[in-house]
Amino acid sequence: MNVLTNHATRTAVSVTGLRKAYGEKVVLDGVALTIGEGEVFALLGPNGAGKTTIVRILSTLIPADAGTATVMGFDLRRDAGAVRGVIGVTGQFSAVDDLLSGEENLLLMGRLLHLPADGRRARAVELLERFDLVEAARQTPATYSGGMKRRLDLAMTLMGRPRLIFLDEPTTGLDPRSRHTMWQIIRDLVGEGVTILLTTQYLEEADHLADRIAVLDHGRIVAEGPPEELKRRIPGAHFRLRFADAASLDKAARELREGTREDEDLVLRVPNEGGIRSLRNVLARLGDDVAVEDVSIHTPDLDDVFFAVTGDASRENNS
Amino acid sequence: MTGLTFAAQDSATMLGREIKHSIRLLRLLIVSAIVVPVVMLLLFDYILGGTIGHGLGDAARGAPYVDFLVPGILIMAVAGSCGPTAINVTMDMTGGFVDRIRTMAVSRGALLAGHVGGSLLRMLVATAAVTGVALLVGFRPTASVADWFAVVGIVAAFSFALAWLSAAIGLMTRSVAAANGLTLPLSFLLPFLSSTFVPTATMPAGVRWFAEQQRSSPARRSATPLTWHWPGARRSRWSPTCGPRPRSAEVPD
Repeated sequence: MNVLTNHATRTAVSVTGLRKAYGEKVVLDGVALTIGEGEVFALLGPNGAGKTTIVRILSTLIPADAGTATVMGFDLRRDAGAVRGVIGVTGQFSAVDDLLSGEENLLLMGRLLHLPADGRRARAVELLERFDLVEAARQTPATYSGGMKRRLDLAMTLMGRPRLIFLDEPTTGLDPRSRHTMWQIIRDLVGEGVTILLTTQYLEEADHLADRIAVLDHGRIVAEGPPEELKRRIPGAHFRLRFADAASLDKAARELREGTREDEDLVLRVPNEGGIRSLRNVLARLGDDVAVEDVSIHTPDLDDVFFAVTGDASRENNS
Repeated sequence: MTGLTFAAQDSATMLGREIKHSIRLLRLLIVSAIVVPVVMLLLFDYILGGTIGHGLGDAARGAPYVDFLVPGILIMAVAGSCGPTAINVTMDMTGGFVDRIRTMAVSRGALLAGHVGGSLLRMLVATAAVTGVALLVGFRPTASVADWFAVVGIVAAFSFALAWLSAAIGLMTRSVAAANGLTLPLSFLLPFLSSTFVPTATMPAGVRWFAEQQRSSPARRSATPLTWHWPGARRSRWSPTCGPRPRSAEVPD
């Protein structure tokens, strides 16, 4: 209904009260989330938090025990067939056919999507070029690198131009360069207006790609919001001042009367209360005779967020 | 298009995929479905056949042992394709391919239909090849055209049943090794516990009962119009409900 009534921010996914248990083990314990069309939504959490279970439920692979879910305007339970027609899934485990060449894999998807013959050929060529797989098109994925395999996997998902794409840990196990390639691919998809539900264990990845992040822990969403908003909730913003010599550090510490000293590195960390204005203020108070070598502004990253919202166990271990 | 058209189209797509797979794995398939039965044919005909043929004595009425052996070897050629079928299904189930298909608007039965269809084709090609080798080593069928049609029908029906059984084994197992292990008795052991190599009459009672009831024996017996003149030791007391065996093709062991 949302699709029809609210054109400005149409809803791609709407989930309430989602529960799933395997025997005694509760995997999802009442998850609710809403994803707008064209949004990149990241589910962030450690292994076993329930990320993949959410993806498997929303992509019609397994039924939920309780709760309601609407995907692109279709009820997940009543209209699974229609849901399958508009989604694309790239799972954690490579779902390419190892005995078929890259090109044949794409054409197979085209056939299963009932694309016309010339249409699937054109789309396959387009995707091979876009994902830098032209040279490998006639080889089987057995000869591919991990990054190439993942790109082929995603290209297969895109054959049918899905409007909602599930990416379950799309960069797990990739080297840094392949990871950045994959990030660029995901950003390009967003440019085309595709909605993406991404799961990741990498805080940096969610920060980089997502419009909104839900932090998942033990089957519950423990925090949700845009990356910036999540970071603001966490104390710990500060300036890091590095000095040329110990005398300057001493002088600065006396002058400012606040902050934490790291004598070995000649560093003083000063709390940041008001952004750039506060930085200018700090520097003015130090005056010209204190030799500041370097200044950096430290905002809390998602690691800080994660440890702050997912409970104490990890925190205690860290401190 | 209707659902049925989609189902047919998807199944055809999956069958095409299986045929491509078979071509890629050709050497492997030739060994399991053609080389093994041919080696058994040659071993039993040339090495053991002299003595066994002699031992058959009156039962043989002068027909060469190879005429007794070939129908069973054909069934063995069919069974030799069970392993690859189960393995292919297991690989799809465990490798994530099936999850991909299940999140697409693809007809539910298409994947298995493709596997079974591909398996059936492999089995028929293997039986044809083994029949060719059998003719080369002196197999001289006396069957009429109608008998040949019956034989092809029986081999196809038996293949169809075994293809589904293999696919079911492939669905049950969680690893390629398990799929291979579970189909091994089908393709290797069962032919021995049947009337493939010798009549069941001289087997110990329990084994004989098993050998007469399990699938290979009735199918073998039914394929025997190829050697219609072969005089059986006795007619099976049991109605062969466990194997495909049209009445027209019923012959004694």
